[in-house]
Amino acid sequence: MAESPLRFRDDTPADEPAVTLDAFLDQQDAVSVRIEAGDDVRRLIPVLDRVKLVEIDFPRFRDGRGYSSARILREAGYKGELKATGDVLVDQVLFMRRCGFDSFAPDAPIDPAVLDAALKRYDYVYQTAADDAVPVWKLRHG
Amino acid sequence: MYRYDKYDQAVVDARVDEFRDQTARRLAGQMTEDQFKPLRLKNGLYLQLHAYMLRVAIPYGTLNSTQMRKLAHIARTYDRGYGHFTTRQNIQYHWIKLQDAPDILAELATVEMHAIQTSGESIRNISADQYAGAAADEIEDPRAWAELIRQATTFHPEFSYLPRKFKIALIASPTDRAALRWHDLALRIVRNEAGEPGFEVFAGGGMGRTPFIAYPIRAFCPAEQIFSYIQAVLRVWNSHARRDNIHKQRMKILVHDLGHEEFTRQVEETFAHILTLGTDFPRAEYERIAAYFAPPPFETGLPEEIDRSDPDFALWVDRQIAPHKAPGYAIVNVSLKRIGGIGGDITAEQMDAVADLAERYSFDDIRVSHAQNLVLPHVRKQDLYAVWQALDAAGLADVNLDLVTDIIACPGLDYCSLANARSIPIAQKIAQRFADPARQLELGELKIKISGCINACGHHHAGHIGILGVDRKGTENYQLLLGGSGAEDTSLAKITGPGFDENGIVDAVEKATDVYLRERTEGERFLDTYRRIGVEPFKEAIYG
Repeated sequence: MAESPLRFRDDTPADEPAVTLDAFLDQQDAVSVRIEAGDDVRRLIPVLDRVKLVEIDFPRFRDGRGYSSARILREAGYKGELKATGDVLVDQVLFMRRCGFDSFAPDAPIDPAVLDAALKRYDYVYQTAADDAVPVWKLRHG
Repeated sequence: MYRYDKYDQAVVDARVDEFRDQTARRLAGQMTEDQFKPLRLKNGLYLQLHAYMLRVAIPYGTLNSTQMRKLAHIARTYDRGYGHFTTRQNIQYHWIKLQDAPDILAELATVEMHAIQTSGESIRNISADQYAGAAADEIEDPRAWAELIRQATTFHPEFSYLPRKFKIALIASPTDRAALRWHDLALRIVRNEAGEPGFEVFAGGGMGRTPFIAYPIRAFCPAEQIFSYIQAVLRVWNSHARRDNIHKQRMKILVHDLGHEEFTRQVEETFAHILTLGTDFPRAEYERIAAYFAPPPFETGLPEEIDRSDPDFALWVDRQIAPHKAPGYAIVNVSLKRIGGIGGDITAEQMDAVADLAERYSFDDIRVSHAQNLVLPHVRKQDLYAVWQALDAAGLADVNLDLVTDIIACPGLDYCSLANARSIPIAQKIAQRFADPARQLELGELKIKISGCINACGHHHAGHIGILGVDRKGTENYQLLLGGSGAEDTSLAKITGPGFDENGIVDAVEKATDVYLRERTEGERFLDTYRRIGVEPFKEAIYG
């Protein structure tokens, strides 16, 4: 997916396949990790320095655990690639972007035109999140 | 009341555009119903037995006359000329066409209204005390904080695909008129010893098939940190709730499974972290919002006395009026519980009538109560007679606030695809049985709540008398519960024994009231007598 419109980074993607969280913590030289829904992503925080790619899986698009996992990693200072995989649909990508995801590998293809419209639709947001959108309270008060 | 600025308006307008796009993609077959369902639910659009139902948010139950007239217009144009106020202070329309929904949302947006997060696994509309800003016993008007929380929880990117729905209630009085502790997150504005504002926090309440009363988890959260605290609660739940069984995914189940002490510990740990992120809205933003909730320009020197020479008016005054904090003013409760009608239902013409009265007599302010009645919060006592006459002409002057005929009932099997039994006809039969006004007053405060299935939308767990409709071998069967409360003395009603058929349940309710009349001591309500004497005398009368 490196050249697809679903990657929002300029760096070279990690070329190593992602391993499970347990395997990643065991293998000192691993750089890519896969987080399943239900994994406690806080276990990664002590070793964040060596992580280049985190894949967070969405087994069903209604399962929102991955949004919190993403926020927790970004709040801990993780700057590497954060990829949403699995049942990722166009109507979820905006909130995923706001939670810090910067690449997407959905099971089913996403229509680029619909995605583009979805990402541009909202000019304003109410909260600070993991993106650089400025919340309206800040716009109101300068 | 709060008014949108260009930012609020832009967000709601964008939502209309987004939903129009989603609906078009669904109608064009580019999305499956499975994919569309959570999206339409996030916008309050349910598929019921006969049609789509659209639930429109009324934030913290506050409306102005322009908004009420728009609701009337929508009822006339897109529905069958009426709407239904709900137990969470919203309004819903039961006969909506999917292709009309985007146009309805566009109409709502012109009067600063929306249907955002009124359904689905999202942070729902915040409910609040319907007497906010008027109650004689409140610490401050809770709606400024409710509006701040509304904004903070609108399209929250982390918490839009939650395990289940999430309901917040907020009050600022010792008297609970909002069924506070039956919510996932319950907030009460308090002051600490230094006189600073903050929130007492309860978590893990909810009705449904597994009812829990929310546990106290924090005695005092500084007011300006409340968004951090709410996010901490949501993150703990979102991360750790079960996702394998929709009936076990409400936050109340996690709180119960972890134990409220462990849940609280995890929330506190997460709260300490989230506080460091600086996501709380600044004081200046609270003050900007609070300015919209400044008290209206109450007149001074108004007369306190009310001319009670018309006996029908006097009866209405004695029941439907509550004390106001400003001298010379009163809070008017407008009953939507006409005997023989459907509780919470209101015609477009009645909506217009209430809008006119609010504009003329109540500083353009209307409230919705969780008991599915309306409130005109700021009426001069000298205007009460005129207001009563106008309400009477509109069929809205019933005298039954908190009485046996002021029944909460879910839509039930007449509308709802989840229901096992009808609720509305049971409420109507009970109301007809107790229709005599003198008998209602004799029985005093008595809250009957009826649900047509175990999802408990009719609050049967919180009824002084609760009724639960179930399906028993293909016939509707009604269980009787006693002793619940949704007020500050919150309690969970208990099933008395075997269920009844449609007529039997009405008889059982009447027998329970007979026991009360026989056993009560001076000043006791039905609930007080039940608590004092216990269930046995009631069982004896009902089943003996």
